[in-house]
Amino acid sequence: MRDITKTPLFWFCILCIVVASVLPVWVSGYVLGLLTVAYYYGVFAMAWDLLFGFANEVNFGPTFLIGLGAYTAGIVNGRYGLPITVCVLLGTLAAIVGGLLLALPALRVSGPYFGLTTLVAVLILQNLIVVFADLTGGEIGLTVPDVISIDARANYWIALAFMVVCGAILWGLSRSSVGLILQASGQDKVQAGALGFNVTKHKLAAFVISAFFSGLAGAMLVFYMGTASVGTFIDLTVAVQIIIAAVMGGRRTIVGAALGSIFLVGMTEVLRPMGELATLIVSVIALLVVLFFPNGFIGMLTRKEPA
Amino acid sequence: MKPDDEPLLQIRGLCKRFGGVVAAKDVDLDVRAGEIVGLIGPNGSGKSTVMKLIMGIVRPDAGSVKLAGEEIAGLPPHRIARKGVGLVFQHSRPLQRQSVLENIKLALLPDSLIQLAGVPGIDDRAREIAARVGLDKVLDRRPSTLPFADLRKLELAKAIARDPRVVLVDEPFAGLTQAETRQFSDLVRSFRDQGRAVLLVDHNVKSVSALVDRAVALYLGERIAEGTAADVMRNETVRRVYMGGSLETSYRPQSSFADKEATLQVKNLNVQYGKAQALDNVSIHVHEGEFVSIVGLNGAGKTTLFNAISGFVPYTGEVSWAGQSLKRKSPARIAREGIVQCPETRELFTDMTVRENLDLGGQHLAKPQRAERLTWLFDLFPILKARQSQNAGTLSGGEQQMLTIARALMTNPKFLILDEPTLGLAPVILEQISKAIELLRKTTRITMLLGEQNVTFALPHADRVYVLEHGRIEWEGPPDRFAAEAGEGYL
Repeated sequence: MRDITKTPLFWFCILCIVVASVLPVWVSGYVLGLLTVAYYYGVFAMAWDLLFGFANEVNFGPTFLIGLGAYTAGIVNGRYGLPITVCVLLGTLAAIVGGLLLALPALRVSGPYFGLTTLVAVLILQNLIVVFADLTGGEIGLTVPDVISIDARANYWIALAFMVVCGAILWGLSRSSVGLILQASGQDKVQAGALGFNVTKHKLAAFVISAFFSGLAGAMLVFYMGTASVGTFIDLTVAVQIIIAAVMGGRRTIVGAALGSIFLVGMTEVLRPMGELATLIVSVIALLVVLFFPNGFIGMLTRKEPA
Repeated sequence: MKPDDEPLLQIRGLCKRFGGVVAAKDVDLDVRAGEIVGLIGPNGSGKSTVMKLIMGIVRPDAGSVKLAGEEIAGLPPHRIARKGVGLVFQHSRPLQRQSVLENIKLALLPDSLIQLAGVPGIDDRAREIAARVGLDKVLDRRPSTLPFADLRKLELAKAIARDPRVVLVDEPFAGLTQAETRQFSDLVRSFRDQGRAVLLVDHNVKSVSALVDRAVALYLGERIAEGTAADVMRNETVRRVYMGGSLETSYRPQSSFADKEATLQVKNLNVQYGKAQALDNVSIHVHEGEFVSIVGLNGAGKTTLFNAISGFVPYTGEVSWAGQSLKRKSPARIAREGIVQCPETRELFTDMTVRENLDLGGQHLAKPQRAERLTWLFDLFPILKARQSQNAGTLSGGEQQMLTIARALMTNPKFLILDEPTLGLAPVILEQISKAIELLRKTTRITMLLGEQNVTFALPHADRVYVLEHGRIEWEGPPDRFAAEAGEGYL
């Protein structure tokens, strides 16, 4: 394996983390709040990139996993008053179980059908939440009694640290032996099978890992926001945002997904004065990046890889 | 070779059907340790299917595959691989973002979810394997920067890495130069010397005759001959399949066609697929109303030549028709002007009915004209009339082929390109299609270009024949001289 400390990307990431961690000294609580959300989104996008970039499976329903984590954690907290850590763990567990239940049948079908299955899963979850409004707060949303902290800076640093740790783990995983086998499975499952790799097992594992990080981040985000609603956690527009962030940042890079999320949240905020136009502009930028820089921001930065 | 030994790989009664097509029928095959066996057959003969059945990529309908006495038929590929079967793929798809070394290391990894750090000593083993196949100079390069032969070596290296007892090699020498072929042959021989059982899958006996201890020939999913390479080459059935035996030909000399300058002119055509040269300086011409057959094995470049004429692949050189260059015209434009191709893959709209497929072909015709053509086509292929309301996907292979030709004829073409219409079809069906083509030749003015590896089918209709081999035109002449002048080299 090449020495990663010699790559410019590694030092770029270190620089970003250093700058990000001293940011609270200068910027307002409002901006910190935005970035806090962006960091959680970064984890969502990185978890998604593991599936799309490495396992070569398009999961249109990242919010299915996120929503399971968020709502489970929120409900358990509200109903039984369990401590946040326990709630977060239960939320993560729910996402993993839900992910397994979804992936086991979905991975049997190939190509676009896997994506469609995940899409439907989001719609089902959305409907379940509305139907069981007593438990979930339905369309109004769910309010959780506990929050991680009321201090904007503390929340910010927790989110940043969380994203960095998740990013490091996912990135390390993607560069490990397991990541190599996963890439081979994603690229050519016949050949991977002929080399003795159980393709389904590896893809399933990737899905579970993706579910773990999505659910964990979703559960933590609930305790940052103090509320959960379909519109913020499950709706397909949220899923699309995550997908755009990951693709814009750079497929198969993990790090790029986090950058893309921060960019997306940042842009939306910068353009907010323009009202409805803002979404349009962000969408057009995303479209242009996907069309002309299919390797995303990281692809633009490194420029070594042929498309 | 120790013939008394129990074979390491023992196949009995292997069967596989794909819809209406029988791909393997009661195939028996033995490969012993320390033996190289060639599995030979023309395109569509079922040899690739047999290879995939052994590897578990497709599941057999019936029959047994035993590895050292243990049944492996029906297991998934990764289990079969771990029991000791390795496959050297013809088309390599290495991981592009990883180096050659990392690609070899991939093949050395255990199928584990928890072994994150890799395996101790894996680096040295990968280097050792790379040295054995001759990749030691390019270890740190990305696969995309490697020449074609090195990519093939990488596939070989990956197969060696699993230390398989049985090695399946798909078209070992496709796309390699002579020097590279020698190098590759030595590597395959080293497998035998290490006591592995080797099965080479290829189109013709000639290309592997120097290497194999024994050859088995397949045709239409059935075994037609077995023996030494020389035996198989002498076998009557094999000769008939490959060379067409004694045939009635009825060609018209070039001077009998009205156009002095042939209507289709292909000059110095070169096509490159990545690093592989698919066509090498090919020049052909076809007169108006002439029937020209291009004879060549799978991979010779027939489809590429047709695709270049139809404007589907970029090329250097010149293609002109009726005095006009086709180079800058889009495939749709070329088709509208009257050059219509029946592709090897048929490309029918399988979820639409026979009638809908035909109507689509006649889209641009006026209604009365369309009805007239339809009647004419139903005379030509009566079975299609009976199947009108059936979905195209439910037709048998032969009926699908007829529909493909009929759909192309609906467009009222001036120039019809038929790419391997006989692929995988039974002799009875062949005869029906053969009759229809003969009728077209006699009663219409359509110019026809036929690509075939089935000589029996290609020669009787042809006015003139080209032999295409490894992307080059090797022979041109009237069909009756084919067997004497070009047939031998075709086995």
